Amino acid sequence: MARAAELMDFDKALDLYEPVIGLEVHVELSTETKMFSSAPNPAAKGNHGAEPNTQITPVCLGLPGSLPVVNEKAVRYSISLGLALGCEIAPSSRFARKNYFYPDLAKNYQISQYDEPIAFEGLLDVELEDGTVITVPIERAHMEEDAGKLTHVGGATGRIQGAEYSLVDYNRAGVPLVEIVTKPIFGGEHRAPEIAKAYVATIRDIVRALGISEARMERGNLRCDANVSLRPRGQEKLGTRTETKNVNSLRSIERAVRYEIQRQAAILSNGGSIIQETRHWHEDTGVTSAGRPKSDADDYRYFPEPDLLPVEPSAELIEELRAALPEPPAALRRRLKTEWGFGDQEFQDIVNSGLLVEVEETVAAGASATAARKWWMGELSRIANAQQVEPATLATPQQIAEIVALVDGGDLTDRLARQVLEGVVAGEGTPAEIVEARGLKVVSDDGALIAAIDEALASQPDVLAKIRDGKVQAAGAVIGAVMKAMKGQADAARVRELVLERAQA
Amino acid sequence: MSDLTRLSAAELAASLGKGEISSVDATQAHLDRIAAVDGDVHAYLHVNDAALAEASAIDAKRAAGERLPELAGVPVAIKDVLCTIGMPSTAGSRMLEGWVPPYDATVVERMKAAGLIALGKTNMDEFAMGSSTEHSAFGPTRNPWNLERIPGGSGGGSAAAVAAFEAPFALGSDTGGSIRQPAAVTGSVGVKPTYGGVSRYGAIALASSLDQVGPVSRTVLDSALLHDVVGGHDPKDSTSLTGAWPSFAEAARAGRRDGSLKGLRVGVVKQIADGEGFQAGVTQRFRESLELLADAGAEIVEVSAPNFEYAVAAYYLILPAEASSNLAKFDSVRFGLRVTPEGGGTVEQVMAATREAGLGDEVKRRIILGTYALSAGYYDAYYGSAQKVRTLIQQDFSAAFAQADVLVSPAAPTTAFKLGEKLDDPLAMYLNDITTIPANLAGVPGIGLPMGLAPEDGLPVGIQFMAPAREDARLYTVGAALEQLLEDRWGGPLLSQAPDLSASSMLAVSEGAI
Repeated sequence: MARAAELMDFDKALDLYEPVIGLEVHVELSTETKMFSSAPNPAAKGNHGAEPNTQITPVCLGLPGSLPVVNEKAVRYSISLGLALGCEIAPSSRFARKNYFYPDLAKNYQISQYDEPIAFEGLLDVELEDGTVITVPIERAHMEEDAGKLTHVGGATGRIQGAEYSLVDYNRAGVPLVEIVTKPIFGGEHRAPEIAKAYVATIRDIVRALGISEARMERGNLRCDANVSLRPRGQEKLGTRTETKNVNSLRSIERAVRYEIQRQAAILSNGGSIIQETRHWHEDTGVTSAGRPKSDADDYRYFPEPDLLPVEPSAELIEELRAALPEPPAALRRRLKTEWGFGDQEFQDIVNSGLLVEVEETVAAGASATAARKWWMGELSRIANAQQVEPATLATPQQIAEIVALVDGGDLTDRLARQVLEGVVAGEGTPAEIVEARGLKVVSDDGALIAAIDEALASQPDVLAKIRDGKVQAAGAVIGAVMKAMKGQADAARVRELVLERAQA
Repeated sequence: MSDLTRLSAAELAASLGKGEISSVDATQAHLDRIAAVDGDVHAYLHVNDAALAEASAIDAKRAAGERLPELAGVPVAIKDVLCTIGMPSTAGSRMLEGWVPPYDATVVERMKAAGLIALGKTNMDEFAMGSSTEHSAFGPTRNPWNLERIPGGSGGGSAAAVAAFEAPFALGSDTGGSIRQPAAVTGSVGVKPTYGGVSRYGAIALASSLDQVGPVSRTVLDSALLHDVVGGHDPKDSTSLTGAWPSFAEAARAGRRDGSLKGLRVGVVKQIADGEGFQAGVTQRFRESLELLADAGAEIVEVSAPNFEYAVAAYYLILPAEASSNLAKFDSVRFGLRVTPEGGGTVEQVMAATREAGLGDEVKRRIILGTYALSAGYYDAYYGSAQKVRTLIQQDFSAAFAQADVLVSPAAPTTAFKLGEKLDDPLAMYLNDITTIPANLAGVPGIGLPMGLAPEDGLPVGIQFMAPAREDARLYTVGAALEQLLEDRWGGPLLSQAPDLSASSMLAVSEGAI
């Protein structure tokens, strides 16, 4: 169990030190097949969660004699992403081998890019919660393959220490990745943690808009390593940095950066020094713990990958992809705000909740902006919060739009619709199927309603008398009884109409 | 019936096509020959127990009147570096002992599609590292001309199998001469195609930028026929060249026609023609061959390739560097040997113990060299410099090909040396590839073919021609032309002068007497 280190108060830390952050984001591309093999890509839509070691070919296992072949679509996706990050695209870039032994790395080298990345020198505008725009300098974006996944069995914590044995799943081996590396981000000051979060959120929005990644952080489609260092006020030389890994949600990024600033400040102010190392973020306890020491001299013996030719996209292709770029996130937000007619606060709430894409897609699927906002920001966020997951994992925009349509069409009341949503979250099927299976449809058969009303009126003759005397508000008691008898599956307004009608009969 | 093992692949194909012999006859004859002589030669690591069944299937198709490819039913041997479904593929290493791949190398797939019958897998230096086949984990192959001599390497098994009439032709791989040098010292023909001309998919990699699969045979035409079958673009190998290739068999047949050498400019590469390290008999037969070429109308010119001097040095940085990375996958996790230290151990300890036990000395030597050459702080001085030399050598070739249509040199500086002679002197072993390495560094094609026996020891010597990239056809034409001139002089193929192993097996040294 990772223990909390000594922390300095955040504001005090900022008084003494300037934080400098650098972010490495790995994006799993959602191509149908892997980066260098014809194996199905588990990061593609709908391919998640296959049995271990079933999404593999000899190439994924690094079997003797197997050779990689570059996935052209992954290259196109990478170029699009590079362009969206404001990068230059290299007319010729090369793959390189990064050599190190680890059992999740089938060949014991990773095919990556080293000194010749496909995209470099970018600038990305990132909008903070209050609308402030920060420009983040991008160093490079390069293509590489993901490694397999190790499961350590027998230890108390699922960590390698103390495990009896480990299992390797190579399904993920060879999933196409783009690694985006920022230059050091200066001047963030108190907002450094927020900048880190907003930066990753912006990348998430971009890759979703491009349709090149599922971008589900909880599934590892989007992973962030946060480099943090502090330097005493007035000092030019950068401090020693740590690299915090395993930060798998937007909220965690902000928390992890904040934690590292406070932790490092406490050490530095006590006269200690920061160890250059990777650190692991623990979502549950909100702390980081030491990983392996990392030095700049780590020797991966990079050399150009001799099994692959240089990647040389034509100028025409680059321009074609540039022309097809979607709106940058900030511009998109301005447009949607106008189209939807929300006020500043209403709209900013959606943005800050990270649900803009969901709302947008729900509207695109036919729902009104108001209804889409209501469902995502309301019921879905409430359930997500209770379950400690992202709302987007609970339902799809299409499902929400379908529920909204059922309500609009009078087939569901709001109350029934919430039950349908419960069913959707529980994975019981489409809203229509759930309505059917749970028998949630509004009772629109007047015959059934009338029978219930007549029975209620008969059992409450005093109320009937009052209604007949013109005391219409007395009908409430009968309506309540009828709704109860209908188990809530009736339209209350219609019931009211019918009650008044029957009372006069 | 005459001895079918004495026929060339082309002759076998012709007889099969006419229905004079069956594939079962041809295959059985070779299996018998293997049974008779391979105890001495040890060219094979594995004999295909399905060979006769496959041959019989081809015979049945032919009997049913099916139209079959030209070589259907002809037997072939396969270097153990190539992956084969149903047959172990060990690359001569303990590390892969008994490993049966779940897929065929592209060349094997194409070979099968052409109806060729795999006789088995041939011996080689471990992971193709060596020039003598002594570095095989499964014991050396012996030279059919003299069982106390090496058959060359790394493809000594394929060359010896062909020279000992245990197969009409074979597939090999050539990283720095592993097809051409064994061909030279066994009196056979071997071709390293243009880099990218033949798919490397399923060839267990030694040095990816240098490796090339190619044919070994007793006649130039047979190599051309096999090259036609296995060559051409393969989408599974990114370094494979696109575009159409001419028929190499047609090019070889053209070489046998009168006047095929007329006006051909043959460039003698000064740096690898003779001098220090070249045996007198090699130089003598080389000069005689040049005279024959000149008499037939070729124009002999001298060309200089000043940077060839650095080829071996550059090669022994690039090769180990790539090999150190290519061989990292042999770690016991997914396939092959696994050695667990006493009392168990971490995955790192198991990897280390496995590599310690499963890799031979020469392999370890090159992995260490390559790891060093790629290390931070040394990369520029070693790997970087070697790549620059490589560029210079490519420029030397370009300049030379401006003056000559083909380049020529001896295929190896010496005849076959004795088993064990250079085993403790890696540098001497490395220098045996001085003539063949430049072609690999530049990616150009090369052919080796016999040019006679060295008078001093009566052992075969070979000549090498090199052509510009993609001009492999030129090599088959020139090679077939010279082959004909030489055979006219000798009164038949050189290999007809080789000892008949089955009759003289009492001359064989006893097992393990090296």
